[in-house]
Amino acid sequence: MPRPSVSIDRVFHALGDPTRRAIVERLSRGEVSVSKLHAPLNITLAAVVQHLQVLERSGLIHTTKVGRVRTCRIEPKGLTVVERWINDRRALWEKRLDRLGDLLLEDDDQV
Amino acid sequence: MNHRSVTHATYTIERSYPARPERVFRAFSDPARKRRWYAEGERKVIGEFTMDFRVGGRDRLVFATPQGFECISESIYQDIRPDSRIVFAYTMAVNGQCISSSQGTFEFLPAPDGTTLLFTEQAAFFEGSDGPEMRKAGWTELLSELDNALD
Repeated sequence: MPRPSVSIDRVFHALGDPTRRAIVERLSRGEVSVSKLHAPLNITLAAVVQHLQVLERSGLIHTTKVGRVRTCRIEPKGLTVVERWINDRRALWEKRLDRLGDLLLEDDDQV
Repeated sequence: MNHRSVTHATYTIERSYPARPERVFRAFSDPARKRRWYAEGERKVIGEFTMDFRVGGRDRLVFATPQGFECISESIYQDIRPDSRIVFAYTMAVNGQCISSSQGTFEFLPAPDGTTLLFTEQAAFFEGSDGPEMRKAGWTELLSELDNALD
């Protein structure tokens, strides 16, 4: 049985910040170096690096350093773990509440 | 599978029904009605469905999925406010392994055209709850429901 590779709490925490969401959005369009990522963000490079560390610890992104250039990319496993936990259970209750709606329609004159 | 893990998650589902809160509530308090939406349609063989609708009372649902997984859901009612709120704690076990322990809250809110129903689940998911077998069971279920809807 595979263990979850990502902590859901860390993922939610990581995505709770608008700058980090902007970074994830940018990376979802393709990998990019830290310096290019930094340019449009309007915050210090040190702050960018801190955000990247939070994102990397959450499992949402992955960075690699070649020479003096650190490149960032999306780690797709991060989002799917969040979706899995909630969506599977949610689907069960969604279907139940659909059936409740059907029941209430046909049951109309009995209460 | 010696690894132990727990993951907490909370979500809310909101639905609107064209029926007064008393009628919606009755679909939770009356065993024959609750069986229809809660237990049946689980496209599976229902082994057992019992309920005892009072604070401290228990519900128990046992069913087998088409893939042959035995699922047991056991609930205990924590709070019941007629026509307005039901809170319960429940566990889900698959093939003898407890995969989650949750608190569920139903809120029945009067709306101009009926009832807004809010369901919030605060869950602790344990190791094994996201295994490939569970995923497959979930998807097979969804696809067969879709088939039924298209018939």
